[in-house]
Order: sequence, then structure tokens, then C-alpha cells
Amino acid sequence: MRGNFLSFVKKESLHILRDRRTMLVVMLIPVVLMILFGFAISTEVNNVNVAVVAPERTDGVRDAVERLAVNDYFTFKGYIESDEIDEYLRSGKATAVVVFATDYDRRATQAAAGIPTKPIIQVVVDASNVNTAGSATAYLQNILLGTASQQSMFETRMLFNPQMKSAYNFVPGIMGLIFILVCAMMTSVSIVREKEVGTMEVLLVSPVRPFKIIFAKMIPYFVISCIVLVTILLLARYLLGVPMSGGVGGIFSLSLLYLVLSLALGLLVSTIASTQVAALLVSAMVMMMPILMLSGMLFPIENLPKFFEVVSNIVPARWYIDAIRKMMIQGLPIVAVWKNCVILLGMTVVLLGVSLKKFNDRLE
Amino acid sequence: MYTIEVDNLKKCYGEVQALDGVSFRVHHGELFGLIGPDGAGKTTLFRLLTTLIKPDSGEAKVDGLDIVADYHAIRSRVGYMPGRFSLYPDLSVEENLNFFAALFGVRVEESYELIEPIYKQIEPFRKRRAGKLSGGMKQKLALSCALIHRPSVLFLDEPTTGVDAVSRSEFWDMLAGLKERGITILVSTPYMDEASRCDRIALCNEGHILGIDTPTGIVQQFNAPLYAIRSKRTFALLEAAREQQGVVQCYPFGECHHLVATEEFDKRLFVEALGDFEDLEIEPTEPTIEDVFIKLMRR
Repeated sequence: MRGNFLSFVKKESLHILRDRRTMLVVMLIPVVLMILFGFAISTEVNNVNVAVVAPERTDGVRDAVERLAVNDYFTFKGYIESDEIDEYLRSGKATAVVVFATDYDRRATQAAAGIPTKPIIQVVVDASNVNTAGSATAYLQNILLGTASQQSMFETRMLFNPQMKSAYNFVPGIMGLIFILVCAMMTSVSIVREKEVGTMEVLLVSPVRPFKIIFAKMIPYFVISCIVLVTILLLARYLLGVPMSGGVGGIFSLSLLYLVLSLALGLLVSTIASTQVAALLVSAMVMMMPILMLSGMLFPIENLPKFFEVVSNIVPARWYIDAIRKMMIQGLPIVAVWKNCVILLGMTVVLLGVSLKKFNDRLE
Repeated sequence: MYTIEVDNLKKCYGEVQALDGVSFRVHHGELFGLIGPDGAGKTTLFRLLTTLIKPDSGEAKVDGLDIVADYHAIRSRVGYMPGRFSLYPDLSVEENLNFFAALFGVRVEESYELIEPIYKQIEPFRKRRAGKLSGGMKQKLALSCALIHRPSVLFLDEPTTGVDAVSRSEFWDMLAGLKERGITILVSTPYMDEASRCDRIALCNEGHILGIDTPTGIVQQFNAPLYAIRSKRTFALLEAAREQQGVVQCYPFGECHHLVATEEFDKRLFVEALGDFEDLEIEPTEPTIEDVFIKLMRR
């Protein structure tokens, strides 16, 4: 019977290999997503155009402007007059304008000495993009206050991701998404295809127990997912520079568990849907939307309304992404996320049990 | 000893009574045909006998095994060819055959001599994808796959639908060959002309069996005078003939109309009463299975 099982796996692999377009999509999507989220879509602020208004170009002013100009985040657009500020911001020639007070040097020294003084620097920002405005202001403050650093009462240190690289944040999210896509969606569609084409009828009228055929169907998808997993980890490590200081072994093991869970989810969908289109729709509605919205991939769970926060507890991707984030970026070992592991394991067992129980070895 | 015993099977889908108390028996090694139009319940009957669905009531046995209780045992000893093409279009002829052999845990070589007469006709195309085969070749491949595990009973649901006339005739020759090997075959077809190739046939319509007999026996059941009438004014003739005395039924039949008459029917009086059909031809004709079917359906 073992040769038997292998020939089912072989048959399923042939289906996949001959469907070149789907193969290509599955292999390319992770790479495209990684590059898209890693580089193109980023919430970090780069190359903010800054103009400066300085009535007196004293040493102190020049020193501050110098530091601004050499900083990667900013592009110094030159000195302008105060009546030009509005025009510069409107036309987009500058995103922020820094205005120095007239007797900047004297008051800066005063401030440094601890004598209370009126503001000496004004930052005018184009806040039509809230993200950019917020980050730019924060950076500007950091750089410019260097001259009067004693004024600063507290110091901030960013741990784990000091440069606030958004890629770090997205990689675990992409993993949570892509495995559902490959495992759950593709397996459910391929099982339902047998029903739709009519081959399921012939398969059922045979001595083989149906779930054996189903498991054979899942193996190639599992292998593909493993290849995708390795691709993502390599890209994350060497292209995006994600640290993964928590150990690749833990990340890998947890991901394998998540793969099995996704397969079980796909099996469940296939028992509900009877056409390929329905399987796709159910996958999209039941799996993709919650992952995008409720998993913490795009929006922090804490920011969700109470109701959705509760609902998010049953989204497997939430626990997976959270654990991967901790292991990948915070560098925690797998034991530190044992709670997530237990929850995911429990979900896998329940899903497998329900879908096997629901799986029908008749047509109705 | 019967290979297939069906006893008062009933099955409904929602409001539709697909099978309404069907009973029949098939002998060992018999080629038994289910003849009837679409919607007669043929496919439902096949799905019941191949254990794909459960009956609402009634009993049936295949090879002495109950279709509900022993469904798993039945599945390994019957061969089933559904009405739709049910192989993998993206796999080659050879790969399909190998897969079905593996499905039943046998090797192709073990059954090769059984399928050889059929399979050797498509063997030159064994590397071709099944989806690219012609209709006749697809049927041959499907039959080969259904036979690969040497089933004792073969269920063929409309195997010749959508196949050209030559391939259809060839297909029936193959079935005759399989019958020689002692395989019991239950086959359905909407084509009345194929009924004569069966040992016995059951005429079915709307979930009922109208009659069971040998093809000749069925025809002999037709015990009323039957005439073929024709005229250039085809439709007018049909309408007019139906109005006449002594006419039980009149219906289009190929290029002419068939007219079922009572014993008292007088040909001369009929022609006179019919009126102005100058080119009218009327002559007695031999009944066919289709005539019997129409007669039974009316009852």
C-alpha cells in the first residue's frame, strides 16, 4: 500500500507541475510581497526636503544646518525668506521649514545654561501626510536639539529595531499570509476541483479511504510551502537584513506547525465548498480578510475595537505572526512564545478533527 | 443467483422524486440496459448502486452485498464509469491508467490481457494528455481505467453519449467481448437503437421502470396495429390524423409519423376522412423499442 500512496503524491505533483502559471504565481508572490513591503511600502521617512529661514547666519545656526544637511533623512533645500515659507510648502518644494530665532546663539547658550527662555526654533511642517509629518518633526527635534541637549529631560532608545525599519515589521505578517494562501487556498481548490470535474466520483468508488487520497494531495503543497518558507527566510535575512537572533530553528519549527494548520483549514474549506469558485471565495472571506485586518499584520491588535480584539483571538495568524515577530526581531527563543505554540497546536488539532469528521465519503 | 438485486428503491432530491420504487434483477454475466430519456433517474440509480449516495427507502444488493451496510466492500469490486468524462485531462493516457491501477492496488500488467482489446487502440497515443483525446478515445481510456482491477460488475452510465456512430458501435462490440469474460454489465443509454445490443433492457421514465424484457420480448409487447404515414404537409397531417376515429396515438417518428390504431381501425375510412392530402402514404410497419416506450409512457 505504500507504493500506492506514493503514486497518489506523484499524480498530485504532476497536476501542480503542469499548471505552470499557478506554480509561477505561488513561487513569485512571496518574493514580490517581500520586495514590495520591504522597500516600496515603508512607513519610515527618507529624503524629507527641508528649507531653512535664518535671519542671522551665525555660527550656531550654521552648525545646526550643517548637521541637518548631512543627515540621510533630510535633503537641505537652501535658505529662504520668511515670506516664502507658505509658497515652498504649497508647491511641495519643501516638506518642512525650520525657522531660527533672531538671536539664536545667545538664547541657545542661555538655554544650555538652564535659564528659561522663549522658543528659539520653529518647525513648520506640511502635515497633509500625517506619517511623514510626525516622523520628520521627531527627527528634526532630535537633530536640532543636539545644540541644546541639556534641555532634553528624557532620552529614548529604540530596542530591537532601532532604525524603525518597516520591513522588520512586515516579514512576519507576509509569512502569516502567504502560507494560508499556498496551503489552505490551493489545497482546498485542488480538492474541490476533483468534485467539480467529477473525478471524485471515481475516486470514491475505489477501495482507498478518501482521506488517504486527501493526505496525498496535501504533501506536494506542503513541500512547496517549505520551499517558500526557506525563500522568505533567506530574503528576510540577506536582502532585508532582519536579524533573526532568536534562532532559525524555532522560527522554522513554528512555521511547520502553522503549515499543518493551514492545510487543515484548506481541508475544512473543501468539505464546505462544492465548486472551485466557492472555495476561493470562502478562502478569501474567511481567511484573507481576517489575516489582513485582525492579525496585527497591518494594524496593531491593541488599536482594534473591543469586539474585533476578541474576534482576533480565533485568527490563527494572529498568534503565529506575534510569535514570529518576537523570535525574529526581539530575538527571543521559542520557549518564550510557548503560549502561542500551544494555542496554534490546539487550533491545528481541532481543525483537523472537525474537517476529518466532516469529510464525506459519499457524494451527498 | 443474481448479481444485482434492486428492491423498491426510492430516492428524492428535495421536491423531485428521482427514483420512485424501482425493482429489477440482473443475472450473473448479463448485459443489462437501462433505456430512458434524461431525467429518468438512470444516473441516480447508478450512484445508489455504486454506493455514492444512500437510498431513502428500499434495498439493493450488488454481488450479494448490501449497498448501505457493505458499501466499502462493494467499492473494491465494481468498475464505474460516470456519465461525465471523469479522468484527469492534464495527465497522459498512460499516467491516468497507472493512477487508477494504483488506486485499486493492482499493477497494469496484471490486468493487461483483459483491457488489451480496448487499450491497444489508444496505446499509440499513450503519451498524449487525456484532455486532448477525441470523444471515442476518451471513452476507451475511461473503460480501460474502469476495468483495471478486474471488477465483477461494471456500471456504465451513458458511455456512448457524445460519441460518434462508428465509435458507439465499436464500444458495444467491446462490451460484448467483456460479457464473454463473465463480467456483469449494467449500462444506460438514451439511444433506443442501442437497446438491441443488450441481453435484457429496462425502460425507465421519471423514476419508474415501465417494463423489463429482452429487446425482442419488449417489442412483442406491442400488440396494436401500427402504421407509418407520411405527407409533404408533415405538421398538418399529424394534427389531422390525431382527430380521426380509431387512432390511439400519432407521433413523429424519423421522417414519417407512426400511428397506433385500435383493432377496429379501417385504413380506407381513415384516408377518406382525412381529406385533402394527395401525397398521403400509409402502410403497416413493424414496431420498434421506441414505439413500445411511447406506448408505455402514455399509460
